Amino acid sequence: MSFLAKYIGQKVKRTEDPRLIQGIGHYVDDIKLADTLHVVILRSPYAHARINAINTDAAKRVPGVVAVYTGADVAGKVGNVPCAMAHPELKVPAFGVLAQTKVFFVGHPVAAVVAQNKYQARDAADLIDVDYEPLDVVSDGEKAAQPDSPVIHEEFGTNIALVHNAGVGDIDAAFAQADKIVTQRLVHQRLAPISIEPRGVLAQYFPGEHQLNLWSSTQIPHLMRTQVSLMLGMPENRVRVVTPEVGGGFGCKLNVYAEEALLGWIAMQLHKPVKWIEGRRENFQATIHGRGQTGTVQVAVKNDGTLLGLKYDVIADIGAYHQLLTPAIPTLTGLMLSGCYKIPAISMKCTEVFTNKMSTDAYRGAGRPEATYLVERLMDCVARELNMDPVELRRKNFPQPDEFPFTTACGVIYDSGDYEKALSKALTIADYQKLRDEQKAARAAGRVMGIGVSTYVEICAMGPSAAMPAGGWESATIRVEPTGKVTVLTGVSPHGQGEETAFAQIVGDMLGIDMNDVLVVHGDTAVVQYGIGTFGSRGLAVGGAALVCATEKVVKKAKKLAAHLLGADEASLTFEDGKFVGAPDDKSLTIQEVALAAHTAASLPEDFEPGLTATHFFEPKNFTFPSGTHICVVEIDRETGELEIKRYIAVDDCGNQINPLIVAGQVHGGIAQGLAQALFEEVVYDENGQLLTGELMDYAVPKAHQLPRYELDHTVTPTPVNPLGAKGVGEAGTIGSTPAVANAVIDALAPFGVKHVDLPLRPEKLWRMMHN
Amino acid sequence: MRLAGGVLPKVCMCGTHILSLHPQRKEEQRVKISLSINGTQHEADIEPRFLLVHLIRDVIGLTGTHIGCETSICGACTVLLDGKPVKSCAVLAVQANGGQVTTIEGLAKDGQLHPMQEAFWECHGLQCGYCTPGMIMAACGLLKETPNPSEEEIRHGLEGNICRCTGYQHIVDAVKYAADKMVA
Ligand code: FES
Ligand code: FES
Repeated sequence: MSFLAKYIGQKVKRTEDPRLIQGIGHYVDDIKLADTLHVVILRSPYAHARINAINTDAAKRVPGVVAVYTGADVAGKVGNVPCAMAHPELKVPAFGVLAQTKVFFVGHPVAAVVAQNKYQARDAADLIDVDYEPLDVVSDGEKAAQPDSPVIHEEFGTNIALVHNAGVGDIDAAFAQADKIVTQRLVHQRLAPISIEPRGVLAQYFPGEHQLNLWSSTQIPHLMRTQVSLMLGMPENRVRVVTPEVGGGFGCKLNVYAEEALLGWIAMQLHKPVKWIEGRRENFQATIHGRGQTGTVQVAVKNDGTLLGLKYDVIADIGAYHQLLTPAIPTLTGLMLSGCYKIPAISMKCTEVFTNKMSTDAYRGAGRPEATYLVERLMDCVARELNMDPVELRRKNFPQPDEFPFTTACGVIYDSGDYEKALSKALTIADYQKLRDEQKAARAAGRVMGIGVSTYVEICAMGPSAAMPAGGWESATIRVEPTGKVTVLTGVSPHGQGEETAFAQIVGDMLGIDMNDVLVVHGDTAVVQYGIGTFGSRGLAVGGAALVCATEKVVKKAKKLAAHLLGADEASLTFEDGKFVGAPDDKSLTIQEVALAAHTAASLPEDFEPGLTATHFFEPKNFTFPSGTHICVVEIDRETGELEIKRYIAVDDCGNQINPLIVAGQVHGGIAQGLAQALFEEVVYDENGQLLTGELMDYAVPKAHQLPRYELDHTVTPTPVNPLGAKGVGEAGTIGSTPAVANAVIDALAPFGVKHVDLPLRPEKLWRMMHN
Repeated sequence: MRLAGGVLPKVCMCGTHILSLHPQRKEEQRVKISLSINGTQHEADIEPRFLLVHLIRDVIGLTGTHIGCETSICGACTVLLDGKPVKSCAVLAVQANGGQVTTIEGLAKDGQLHPMQEAFWECHGLQCGYCTPGMIMAACGLLKETPNPSEEEIRHGLEGNICRCTGYQHIVDAVKYAADKMVA
């Protein structure tokens, strides 16, 4: 259908913001129910230990304490924390909501204290006496894979959870034909997602109705409802999950944790509302981490720079247990090892190993940053080996726009792309040649300057259901109410992405109405039809696509009624700017008038259902593949190792943009997180499995003065996969930026003979590189 | 620090505030305080260890002030105490006795947004909105000290506040926008 784009493509201010800038939105902890009890979870201070005994007597005597529960109380009553990946060879240890006989990581939940207020609950938790018998700790992923390593889950006799092979093409032939083979070992350090709102759950149970309400800070309300109902043995239709305002997710709330079911169960025991709000230390210990891969990459290449093959042999240190998607994340790496290049043969062997740490899972990018980082880092290594400009090497191996859809040796089909366009735009903005000249001059003057380029492609709009563990479609319902106001119910669950605005823009334009007349409702399983949620850059590209289809249905239905009311032939009517026109005598009807008539139902065509509502479940036929070029310019202080980002240029292509303001925000935030991986952040466990970065003072989330001003531009290559032509943009910045920064730093250090340094590139490390 | 009865308080890692006391402490240890929040006088009868942020959120019921760490790092809990930005998770409620507190809810006047709120909206200075109240209060404090800050001064002035969503650029733009409006 065609319409006037009054809102789409405009920098529309967000409709979410007025409540948020006034502090009157409601996050989980802001919801206050009368008589709510507070839960504090006692967690293991040991990475691996046997629990010989737990004494909760003293804790129970603390004034205000209502109950204390341990593993024995929940055994057989609450199901295990779920893992969504089904694979015949995958080893899945039973992950109870409270530890049974052993603890397997620092932060493993051991007991839950329920009290009238959180001070009392904390006091009481301090008095629980647990007799732990420490066991051998496995904290290093590579060592965990060795046959002589202590075994964490004895029932398996090995720490290897899964060996995953990926890639197609004749890899041996590719390497046999190579003029050069470039090999590099790379570490993708563990990261903590750090949403500024930690996790939190509020549970309320009505015994008469046998109804459980859960408010949870999550990205996936419906999937959570399903899983929690299974864990509690509750009928799914008697569990309602409400996702109020969510203070950031970045993947860490794309999960079902022990606490959701545990709180539900406690509410059902006590018949009182119970609330648990995660502390920041708990958040570091017991909310999923991201990345955590160590591997070796080999690239086979001709002397002229033609890429022939790529091999990646990697250990993924997944932690002690599977959370929802833990074992699936490294497999996503295997989908994107071709980067934006033609590589005829690719092979990956990924060994996923258990260690005595918190689980890894989806963190912004989820498996794809690892792929992009290694491909882009290797492109620089190869260029250096061949004495080629890194830009020329990239260019030489790009598939051309007319080669799309482009099938890679990872078995995925890139929908559309024009990699050269974004690259040349970025080079122009940066004035690349001039930068290289400046670099020469800087080096001659003894200064340490580097230029890093990354040309990335990512796999987004998750995704076709066949490729997803729990469905990849998305749903939308649109209701034109009797007064003409429009209500949208979406299955996605935004938590900062601004879909309340973007979806209202779409409907405003498609129905030719004021976008302020559109209310977008999400995150309440009692109100919204089943949906999948917000992650994998899918909100707009899949959820928005569902909305477009639903809106088309509603217009089609309205047209039938309009024709009836106008005494016109349906085929002669057109819907323009909110009105059905083209009837005899120039009569017309607005969508609001039709909506009223559809509800009063005084005169309807034959077989016409009253009301003006439509629902659509959109199943994408493919993923989308956003791409772009990032360029970073750094200078390093020779004396201190202190690094300054002189410039940061990002040219991204996320297809059609609905709201460029929101797109820019997503790119900025993404770059900040990718750059933080390159320069600052790292989750560190010591050899005893103790978490050394357990608070924000030890884990370096960057502040405003540590980040540069980003220079943004974009190209537009629409996707044919969905009716919006939008590819998704939530993860692009994170995926593109880490290698751009790393390449810039390593380029700066080239005169010191440095070929590679593992992240994060902190000043001390850089200083050592320059002074060795 | 030693409290009555020779009880050692358990403090958080940064040492700035008390996480929990030995529970054998006397129940009657409560203190009466009186303070103004957004222009309204409030009385409260609280434990000495009670944090200002908990008073604001859980006793007074103003939940716009958020908690992101309780260790005085993230700045989500920033409020103005006697006109100066403080992290209300690092202030005991008793320390605010007799003081004047302004929270995010106290910024808009007569249904009119404060210029800093306007600016965050205009410049897309927020995404999930969780850091936003603290960020806005800190920015208001910054402009009191430095009414016309440079980008550098804004970035350094906000170093006590973490935003995980925006990458800060739009926040910096918002503070500049508000500063221009407020001096004009
Ligand atoms: S909650 Fe107070 S600084 Fe983080
Ligand atoms: S807007 Fe989400 S943390 Fe700042």
